[in-house]
Amino acid sequence: MSADDSTHHPPQRLGVVTESAPGETRVAATPSTVRGLLALGYEVVVESGAGSASGFTDAAYTEVGATIGEAWSADVVLKVNAPSTGEIARLSDGATLVGLLSPAQRPDLLEALSERPLTALALDAVPRISRAQSMDVLSSMANIAGYRAVIEAAHVFGRFFTGQVTAAGKVPPAKVLVAGAGVAGLAAIGAASSLGAIVRATDPRPEVADQVKSLGGEYLPVNVAQEASTDGYAKATSADYDRAAAALYHEQAKDVDIVVTTALIPGRPAPRLLTAADVAAMKPGSVVVDMAAAQGGNVEGTVAGRTVVTENGVTIIGYTDLASRLPAQASQLFGTNLANLVKLLTPGKDGRLVIDFEDVVQRAVTVVRSGETTWPPPPVAVSAAPAAQPAVAPAAPAPAKPGLSTAARSGLIGAGLLAMFLLVAFAPAQLAENFTVFTLAVVIGYYVIGKVHHALHTPLMSVTNAISGIVVIGSLLQIGHESVLVTVLSAVAILLTSVNIFGGFAVTRRMLNMFSKG
Amino acid sequence: MTSTTAAHAADLVAALLFILSLAGLSQHRTSRAGVVYGIAGMALALVATIVVASRSISAGAVALIVLAMAGGGAIGLWRARRVEMTQMPELIAVLHSFVGLAAVLIGWNSYLEVEAHGSGPAHIAAELVRIHHAEVFIGIFIGAVTFTGSIVAFLKLSARIASRPLVLPGKNALNVGALLAFAALTVWFTVSPNLGLMIAVTVLALALGWHLVASIGGGDMPVVVSMLNSYSGWAAAAAGFLLNNNLLIVTGALVGSSGAYLSYIMCKAMNRSFLSVIAGGFGIEAPSGAAEEEGEHREIRAQEAAQLLTEARSVVITPGYGMAVAQAQHPVAELTRRLRERGVEVRFGVHPVAGRLPGHMNVLLAEAKVPYDIVLEMDEINDDLAGTSVVLVIGANDTVNPAAAEDPASPIAGMPVLRVWEAEQVIVFKRSMASGYAGVQNPLFFRENSSMLFGDAKESVEGILRALDADGPRTPAPAARQATTAGR
Repeated sequence: MSADDSTHHPPQRLGVVTESAPGETRVAATPSTVRGLLALGYEVVVESGAGSASGFTDAAYTEVGATIGEAWSADVVLKVNAPSTGEIARLSDGATLVGLLSPAQRPDLLEALSERPLTALALDAVPRISRAQSMDVLSSMANIAGYRAVIEAAHVFGRFFTGQVTAAGKVPPAKVLVAGAGVAGLAAIGAASSLGAIVRATDPRPEVADQVKSLGGEYLPVNVAQEASTDGYAKATSADYDRAAAALYHEQAKDVDIVVTTALIPGRPAPRLLTAADVAAMKPGSVVVDMAAAQGGNVEGTVAGRTVVTENGVTIIGYTDLASRLPAQASQLFGTNLANLVKLLTPGKDGRLVIDFEDVVQRAVTVVRSGETTWPPPPVAVSAAPAAQPAVAPAAPAPAKPGLSTAARSGLIGAGLLAMFLLVAFAPAQLAENFTVFTLAVVIGYYVIGKVHHALHTPLMSVTNAISGIVVIGSLLQIGHESVLVTVLSAVAILLTSVNIFGGFAVTRRMLNMFSKG
Repeated sequence: MTSTTAAHAADLVAALLFILSLAGLSQHRTSRAGVVYGIAGMALALVATIVVASRSISAGAVALIVLAMAGGGAIGLWRARRVEMTQMPELIAVLHSFVGLAAVLIGWNSYLEVEAHGSGPAHIAAELVRIHHAEVFIGIFIGAVTFTGSIVAFLKLSARIASRPLVLPGKNALNVGALLAFAALTVWFTVSPNLGLMIAVTVLALALGWHLVASIGGGDMPVVVSMLNSYSGWAAAAAGFLLNNNLLIVTGALVGSSGAYLSYIMCKAMNRSFLSVIAGGFGIEAPSGAAEEEGEHREIRAQEAAQLLTEARSVVITPGYGMAVAQAQHPVAELTRRLRERGVEVRFGVHPVAGRLPGHMNVLLAEAKVPYDIVLEMDEINDDLAGTSVVLVIGANDTVNPAAAEDPASPIAGMPVLRVWEAEQVIVFKRSMASGYAGVQNPLFFRENSSMLFGDAKESVEGILRALDADGPRTPAPAARQATTAGR
């Protein structure tokens, strides 16, 4: 924003506009995210009907404190999709536009925006670092799309996903293959496995195997060396890998009922995973959902935005608006991501948007600043995908000290036994007898205590407290024999140990009575 | 059968009853019977001893015995009824100190009866006099160390003194020096017993006990309390040697090995040797590079936490000392009940050193009426954490630190911990971002799947309960997924 930092500016107006792209059902702010924006000190203007496709009425917005009105003239315009040329013209000078701007794919858009004194923030340019995760629209949309892909497949698929044994016979579970275990892939794995299907997943990054497993899927490795990802996105693969993977996909295509492909490489056409031959090998009635359809498709024969049925009866779904098909949820997550970005840009919580170019996230999302193109941002080395998942390494702490060897152990036991032998052999008879009793009692104690349930350790301690009050016997034998001093000291000891005996048993009983089984 | 042989027989039966008592505590089912065995054994031993003693002493002395026992018993029963379960560690420490003090008094009495009368009165055989001298000394030494050690432990546990470790220059040398001095004094005393040496050894042992526990920090208290439990047993056993009484020896040995075993479990749970615990807390070690690990943590509000919990399939709660401090066990139990009513599977994962006493968390949860069969030990629950939807870390820190498993440079590397970070979501209840007892930064807080719920644990849990109320009762979760799925 402008460098003017007078403190007496009125709060800025945030405008939530209606999406114009055909088929778009999302909206950039929902009533609940508007509440968060208002809390940051902004005024919020919502274009009439902006939320209707997502199920949010104008009244719902006014209820939380927004006004309905002309939103395009606001200081900051919040949008889902990139604006058309006509829409850019409606922005006021000095305004800030926030939305999905695909800066890498749309140089024409950046040019159009920079012709005006505008600032544009691309939500899809949020870097993949932990701190920015709360603003990562691509992840939250991919999550929804992955789920929806499975639902679309289930809708077309003529069978159950889960296996059942019914009176009418046994139903085998559906087999689902998910290609690519990114955010969308993982969501698809989770959705399919919670519907009861057998889920398998492939991904060039072996480090995702545990995540696949945790969602109920089985990871199918492609057995070719592949370098680990450093930026959280999959890289293009080697020729060797592609050959091995192609064989794997062909093998799987013959076996599975549903295939969901999610493979995308940033800034490149989608890689081809399933050939026409693979699809032809699938069973009739099988379903393929190609989530990369907009980028050219992972599957040969995909038509972007359409559903096609092949000659052998396989349905290929190429919808590019999967996230929009869950409009209320998608708007909510999109709006939350956007509100988090606005929160980052409003350090003073005073309703004034400030962009700090020193901050990696803010620098990365700003593609046009006051009419000047600032895309691409300088490369950021901060990327944390593999480092963020060190839990993949099995937790196998080395013991602090190695155990004794068998020989050393036997040696020690032998020495100990010899020492005991000598001690008792040379001690006077009475001491020897006492010592024998003592040693055996220690051994018995060790074995008895070793079996005590961990939950009863505190009662164990209080009962041993009570029992160790047995030293009272010593004082009972001493009292009244010698001087008055001895008797007084003995009486004191009897008093103290009686506290132990009675208190110890009583508190143990009290504790044990508390334990109840569920 | 003479009354003397009858008394000996009673001793044997009492000793067996004590063994049965401890064996009974191995399971919840038999634990109440175990206490009954213990009480029976104690009653038998007391009656037999008083009957034998009453034949050689005046009626006044018998009256004094009855008076002292009645007084002590009344105090004991009163404290047992009133004590808060969060204060159990303090009570146990005080009871240990009584045993220690009694052992000191018995040692002094024995000295007054035997040694103060010149060498070798009639009822001690000449060849045993030297041994008797040594036994007096050992009994007093163990008793006095137990006494002051327990007093310091009590003061620390009840926050009457700061729980951080006292660091005197050359503290290990002081401890070792005290032991050497004790050995020298013992030898001297067996040669020429006198009052000065008695006073010297008593003071030395009192000082050693004080210093030993004062230099151990609050988080190591489970080890200290079980160590003192062990010492109180050895003190009783030493009194048994001194008085040539087998029942005292057997009981003392049972209690001593019990405490030693508990100390061993605690030390293993911290992957530290007993000596390193005694030699001082973690604070002594310079913080390693791991402490610098910083990152962004995410905050969560009670309302969002409630949301997560209602949507969870399974929840594991890992309590720590912080739960006891905040007295949060009752709201936690209430939360457990509500979630279970909604069909969420709730279990507890208890680390062996959670709290200030072995088994402390179990007792607190039992007091709040959490069924004991959902309270599991670390080893029982660790493998299930990966399949858990939400883990609530309430007042625990070091026991859930991933650095222990993953960072070999960490001061707590190798310590077995609850692997809470493997769960889908972790909510950490914490007052601030301060590090735990070991002074080690906890990378758990910066994990992508953990969020921090700042504030007093009790208030936070109550906040979640309110949010659940506002949410309204929900129909129980659908029954488990069809179990007939073939091929899996």
